[in-house]
Amino acid sequence: MNDLLEILENLHPEVDFETCTTLIDDKILDSFDIITIISEINEEFDVVIPAEEIVPENFNSAKALHELVTRLADE
Amino acid sequence: MLFTSYEFIAFMAVVFLAYYLVPRKAQWPLLLVASYVFYWCANPMYLLFIGVTTVSTYAVSRLLEKVNAQQKAYLQEHKAELDKEQKKAYKAKMKAKKWHLLLLCLIFNLGILSVTKYSNFVITNINTFLSGSSKLALVDMIVPLGISFYTFQSMGYIIDVYRDKQAAQKNFFKLALFVSFFPQLAQGPISRYGDLSKTLYEPHPFDRKTVSYGVMRILWGYFKKVVIADRLVTGVLTLINGQEMITDLGKVFVDYNGAYVFVAMLFYAFQLYCDFTGGIDITIGIAETMGIRVAENFNLPYFSKNIKEYWNRWHITMGTWFTDYIFYPISVCKPMLKLSKWSREHLGPAVGKRVTVYLSSFAVWLTTGIWHGAAWNFIVWGLANWVVIMVSQELEPLYAKFHARFKVKGKAPYEVFQVVRTILLMSMIRMFDCYRDVPLTFKKVGSMFTSFNWGVLFDGSLLRIGLSSADYLVLAAGLVIVLGVSLFKNKHGSVRDALYAKPSVLFYGLMGLLLVMILIFGAYGIGFDSSQFIYTQF
Repeated sequence: MNDLLEILENLHPEVDFETCTTLIDDKILDSFDIITIISEINEEFDVVIPAEEIVPENFNSAKALHELVTRLADE
Repeated sequence: MLFTSYEFIAFMAVVFLAYYLVPRKAQWPLLLVASYVFYWCANPMYLLFIGVTTVSTYAVSRLLEKVNAQQKAYLQEHKAELDKEQKKAYKAKMKAKKWHLLLLCLIFNLGILSVTKYSNFVITNINTFLSGSSKLALVDMIVPLGISFYTFQSMGYIIDVYRDKQAAQKNFFKLALFVSFFPQLAQGPISRYGDLSKTLYEPHPFDRKTVSYGVMRILWGYFKKVVIADRLVTGVLTLINGQEMITDLGKVFVDYNGAYVFVAMLFYAFQLYCDFTGGIDITIGIAETMGIRVAENFNLPYFSKNIKEYWNRWHITMGTWFTDYIFYPISVCKPMLKLSKWSREHLGPAVGKRVTVYLSSFAVWLTTGIWHGAAWNFIVWGLANWVVIMVSQELEPLYAKFHARFKVKGKAPYEVFQVVRTILLMSMIRMFDCYRDVPLTFKKVGSMFTSFNWGVLFDGSLLRIGLSSADYLVLAAGLVIVLGVSLFKNKHGSVRDALYAKPSVLFYGLMGLLLVMILIFGAYGIGFDSSQFIYTQF
């Protein structure tokens, strides 16, 4: 989780990713941010997030994103 | 049958009455019949094209769902005996099967779209390399009304079924209605099955509030279309194409440059806004009178502070379609991730981080340009948007420093500056829509900075471009009303909600006033033929 938070905080230092649960709904993350996050996750965790998983529920919070990465790593 | 024609208004009235008179379970079949009648009136041949797309989409979606169900059942049945690797291998096998089906459907339908819409564009470009008798003949091709819209809508649906995000519609006729729903057939929005299907097939009892809201929205759309957009057409066409005028020297052809191009740019910006948003208001309003919710396509785009925000507010359904079905799949495909990794290692993290975004956005904007039309103008228009978005992305740190240094962010005058800057920038890029080719567009836009004839704005010259003082007065009043409504919406939300909360005489009185304004100030008669909606050609 800490590595993931580091990726997110590097992108938007002004956001509190530990508490924010509306990253997509409030347009804090845009499509460019999402792609940057996905390629960094791929680099860091060797996990590929497929296009069908790019939905608001998976990107609205760091926790949801962490759950997604964990699930994909287990599959 | 144009939205602005008497035939369409009569058609709409008949469909509306029939919709609430037939038994409720017959409402959606009635809409299917109405949609096919609407399309048949445009050209009976079109039915063949939309029929083929519907049949292929239905057949492949059912097959995809079968594979999805087969996969779930197999994994459930063999849950205990399969290890992680075996499950992975099985999923990969099934995914490949689904991918082949999807690819078949995409190639078939996008093939129809490409052949009908782009054959002559390709032939014309090939011919530039050929000479004399070896040149290829252009083909006489039917381009079905709204083919870009219904093809993209159908392909979005099939991709969602492929991704198992959407259950396939089992009833063929219901799917046929989703593909052909007449209010949105000509110019969108590009609806998602998951959104539209929520209300499309439901029985809808007559509800005064819903119908009133719908009628108000339709009238607002007609107001923007016939009072503003259609009145501006004459001026825009004259300034773009030039005109023959009788002068002391005889008949001369007047070509417009410099300040005139600036005026054409602004006029076209307002014309397109009122034309497209007006058309979508009519579409959404018609659906609303029948209790059906169609996705919003605009969110006050001319209040955007930068181009990225503008594209999140303008033609929203197209933007999200391209993001979900082109931008993300390209960005996360294995070759792209490998390229990103390679770039990080060899060119540094700064380049590696950007390469995916840059290339995927390039693909999106190239496709967006091609989608808009079979001409280099549209391709250059798409790529110009890409360049501006990428440049502004790169300038973001600089803007952040500027905002921190001068503390202007959030201040009203600076926000107005940002809004005006975005409107001017977008309007300038949009000039590629207007002129016949790319070099002429550059020449004309360039003349704004080289021909210093700004005096024409004040010496009465603009009264000789097909618009009278009365036209300017109507346009000014119309645009003030549109601006007022937009400002209200921006600050307080739905205008109709606010009006409906007041005594009903105000709501219905304003509805009547809107109708009267359309009838009195609409651009009809000599010199003003109600024109086709601009986005219908896309």
